[in-house]
Amino acid sequence: MALDYEESKQKIIGGLQKKSKSKSKFYFSDLAKILDAKPREAKKIVTQMINEGILEFWSSGSTSMYGLKGAGKQSAAEHENE
Amino acid sequence: MAKHETPLLDQLESGPWPSFVSDMKLEAESRAKNVNNVEFQIPQDVIEDLMGVLELSYKDAETHWKHGGIVGVFGYGGGVIGRYCDQPEKFPGVAHFHTMRVNQPSGHFYSTDFLRQLCDLWEFRGSGLTNMHGATGDIIFLGTTTPQLEEIFYEMTHKLNQDLGGSGSNLRTPSDCIGAARCEYACYDTQDLCTYLTQEYQDELHRPAFPYKFKFKFDGCPNCCVASIARADMSFIGTWKDDIRVDQDAVKGYVNGEFPPNGGSHSGRDWGPFDIQKEVIDLCPTQCMKYENSKLEINNKECTRCMHCINVMPRALRPGKQTGCSILVGAKAPILDGAQMGSLLLPFVEVNKENDYQEVKDVIESIWDWWMEEGKNRERLGELMKRQGFQKLLEVTGVDPIPQHVSEPRHNPYIFWKEEEVQGGWERDINEFRKHHQR
Repeated sequence: MALDYEESKQKIIGGLQKKSKSKSKFYFSDLAKILDAKPREAKKIVTQMINEGILEFWSSGSTSMYGLKGAGKQSAAEHENE
Repeated sequence: MAKHETPLLDQLESGPWPSFVSDMKLEAESRAKNVNNVEFQIPQDVIEDLMGVLELSYKDAETHWKHGGIVGVFGYGGGVIGRYCDQPEKFPGVAHFHTMRVNQPSGHFYSTDFLRQLCDLWEFRGSGLTNMHGATGDIIFLGTTTPQLEEIFYEMTHKLNQDLGGSGSNLRTPSDCIGAARCEYACYDTQDLCTYLTQEYQDELHRPAFPYKFKFKFDGCPNCCVASIARADMSFIGTWKDDIRVDQDAVKGYVNGEFPPNGGSHSGRDWGPFDIQKEVIDLCPTQCMKYENSKLEINNKECTRCMHCINVMPRALRPGKQTGCSILVGAKAPILDGAQMGSLLLPFVEVNKENDYQEVKDVIESIWDWWMEEGKNRERLGELMKRQGFQKLLEVTGVDPIPQHVSEPRHNPYIFWKEEEVQGGWERDINEFRKHHQR
């Protein structure tokens, strides 16, 4: 059964905020775990959240991660938000 | 005078090989002169600062780059790699110096006009420095600032019909050999398959949801010019099912010295007359050939498709007519566990464009489903195969075990019977058994 978008969105936002003190970037598998969904189902939700600007990609070049938009030191340190 | 003194870099130019330092100096000079009156969108002296920070790194014996970040173009999770300098006051030109990966055309075919347009765009909105090509095959644009990324992406997609490539935990830009376009050995149309799968898997290429990188590479024949067997999580290597085609007259021609061996590629020196026994027959790894009474015979059942005889006598020998590809999986460079070559999964698959390569896609997608669920973060397919076993891979792909999966007898006995595969299961009536078998 397809996941409900609004419900899943709240789950992810809640899940990431809960951990926001210790980290700001998460692997895709962390998000799939929060949703308790198969990767392909989770990807649809995550992609929509990216398109809506709720989540943002972070990439080291070799590995990609996800974070709530604007969260974490990285963006401040890069002067991206100034 | 140069903006920064670079004695250590200058020394590199004294070596015997063409130097990237000379290339950078050339570009720095060209930007300084700006004969075409380009309205540079990033600092004109970016290359000077790049050389300055490199010199400092050599002096300090440590890097001054930070890598990674949230830069990218909207909706894409790959194709742009954030680079920042940790000495931005000293080297303001490279404070932001992001890399862009541009999806190379299949087989690296492009016109000079297209290359010129790419370079003009990069001169205007980036540093002008490129890497043709990166290890995965992409056209690499080295160094631009964050505000330029969307502009470059717009120009490329709207005017040059050109997409970004893959980076991060994505399907990386698929890469192929020159294939049937110019090579008579090609056993399938590498460019068509490469282009088709690139289009088919756009979501996987641009939106990262894999545990780590994943690479496809396509080689038209076992010569493996793009080294897919060593570098790709999934390699597609052209092969044939039937017999090597032999033109006996041409074989005699080689023996009589009418044609240069190896297509004349070793012609720079006199190696003496061609000796078919020494140069072909004795070098066959499975010793499946003989040349007697002016006739070449091949025991094709023993042939391992090493391509050596065909390479030496291309006029006389050709791959068979029933062609397709072998699929190997799990190769990677040595980040964890050391380098690993691909393991043969399917010895022969028909490469059929008529049904949109359905057989190939079925294998790919079953492997992805398994790896996406079971793979640990930053675990390549080859590592998952080692961790869970080749048998598990066969299960998820629905491939039956075959002798070709075993590299040597008794060496990798990874196939174990399961209860449901054995008639009667593990339970048996011991009394019934004892009636026919003494203790």
